[in-house]
Amino acid sequence: MIETLSYEYPASDSVQHRAHVGVVASGNCEILLEPAKDGCASIVVRTSVSGFGATWQAVLGRFFTRNPVAVQIEINDFGATPAVVSLRLEQALENAR
Amino acid sequence: MNPAWNTRRRRKNERLARVSRLVRDGRFEARDAVAVLEELIEPGDRLCLEGNNQKQADFLSRALAAVNPERIHDLHLLISVIGRPEHIALFERGIASQVDFSYSGPQSLRLAQQVADGRVRVGAIHTYLELFARYFVDLTPNIALVAADEADADGNLYTGPNTEETPTIAEATAFRDGIVIAQVNRVVDRCTRVDIPGDWVDLVVVADRPYEIEPLFTRDPELIGDVQILMAMLVLRGIYERHRVQSLNHGIGFDTAAIELILPTYGERLGLRGDVCTHWVLNPHPTLIPAIESGWVRSVHCYGGELGMERYVAARPDVFFTGRDGSLRSNRAFCQAAGLYATDLFIGSTLQIDRDANSSTATLGRIAGFGGAPNLGSDPRGRRHSSTAWLEMTSSDEEIRRGRKIVVQLVETFQESGVPTFVERLDAVELGRSAGFPIAPVMIYGDDVTHVVTEEGIAYLYRARDIDERRAALASIAGVTKIGLGADERRTQALRQAGIVAFPEDLGVRRSEANRTLLAARSVRDLVEWSGGLYDPPKRFRSW
Repeated sequence: MIETLSYEYPASDSVQHRAHVGVVASGNCEILLEPAKDGCASIVVRTSVSGFGATWQAVLGRFFTRNPVAVQIEINDFGATPAVVSLRLEQALENAR
Repeated sequence: MNPAWNTRRRRKNERLARVSRLVRDGRFEARDAVAVLEELIEPGDRLCLEGNNQKQADFLSRALAAVNPERIHDLHLLISVIGRPEHIALFERGIASQVDFSYSGPQSLRLAQQVADGRVRVGAIHTYLELFARYFVDLTPNIALVAADEADADGNLYTGPNTEETPTIAEATAFRDGIVIAQVNRVVDRCTRVDIPGDWVDLVVVADRPYEIEPLFTRDPELIGDVQILMAMLVLRGIYERHRVQSLNHGIGFDTAAIELILPTYGERLGLRGDVCTHWVLNPHPTLIPAIESGWVRSVHCYGGELGMERYVAARPDVFFTGRDGSLRSNRAFCQAAGLYATDLFIGSTLQIDRDANSSTATLGRIAGFGGAPNLGSDPRGRRHSSTAWLEMTSSDEEIRRGRKIVVQLVETFQESGVPTFVERLDAVELGRSAGFPIAPVMIYGDDVTHVVTEEGIAYLYRARDIDERRAALASIAGVTKIGLGADERRTQALRQAGIVAFPEDLGVRRSEANRTLLAARSVRDLVEWSGGLYDPPKRFRSW
């Protein structure tokens, strides 16, 4: 069962480029990032592990509080730990800047 | 009054006389093993069984588990690692009813059940060094069952790369008139090298098959992920480079294997070769091969051997401790003492950390123990030599001051199963209570921990001014665990300013670099290549 989760955060910064990090593999996740214009970050998570909505919200909330960037992000998750997700988000951002 | 001062010796001789019909030239046949043990051992004896996390006296432990419990019962078992099914069978059958040990990894669940059922009473869970020490004080064995590679006609023993704790057990037993029985893989005219002198050994038996040995320290680089590489980069920059750590011990695990594997790449680029990580207290980890081959490592002393590393070690005698025969001489007691007193740093992983940085690998329903970690991961108050790294842990400039060992806990904020590593309360507390232990089985006490590293950054706990600041520093790198979510963002910023917390960007660590291309070897096959074909990995690690 794939669970789909959506989140939105206010954004004041922008990025230049698209980014694609991570891989589709067990315990890992893939992140596709593209710049958005409307002062808002929107994220769609498709995860193979359901029931971790609160953790996703905490990871993403913390990331966008520290990095309020206007982006559209798609995450395909295959049981990545919060550590892997945070690292992939930071890597995507480093590559997009 | 005419007190006898040699009762132990007399009883030993009486016991040995009982088996004389089964013994010729100090040796008995494998088929007589159960009969010999039944004649020699008496109910209530303290019996030391060589079972450590690598080498196992498994022929003798199988024989012991087969004795008649009506004759031999209520033994007090002394064993560093409860690792084999028949160790538990000793309790199930009533052969042993009390145990003092260090670690029980593979049998931790069954051990907890035996304790709950009241079949065995745990004296204490010790560190290795602590258990060995008690062999010389109040837990001296009456009987020791040990394992070796070779014996000669005089009972001299050769233990090859896996000397481990055999000399320690034999010494404690032999010199207080206990009986030392050795199982050997073969009898030879002349031992390849004498590791245990023959006059410490009473009886020898050629086992039905070579003793069991586990490749416990082999970590396949295939399984190292980017998060572990990120944490390895943080450790190298934020701890090894900053404090100039030269002598150290690495725990067993993929996190520390990642550090070993980025020394020749990332570490080289930082220009650290020769300045850090030169002297090691460590088993022959295959993942250390690239660093050794690149000239990082001056010396390695080992607790035990590692399957497949024999030829490589023998070919690097400038680095490893080796005998005249060329093979590794390991010694768990000396190596633990070295790790306690002579290293500047210990780094290892754990399953749970509480807000005060107490850590434990105990989980409910399992009595696992902790092996050497509590010694390695503690500050030895008796240390009297100084080093740059040791002195860096103190801010005092008073006339009389002492440094401190660097003790690092290296963890991801969550385990792979989604279970948080940072917890309000260690499972060890409840486990200790339910098992009736007087103290909770804490692996490393928080006040010994100087640094905690997660994927979020480093908490320099030794720099915190009080308990409140210490907790705040830990929370700021605890991610989205309940403890981490309690961190105040502004306070975290202040702690970063004060150098009590460092995020990757504060240390110049780029997350986009944290990937597998940084590993000097990405597979076991790469390790074999680095070794010039000298490393011969066990079959289960060969994918080619």
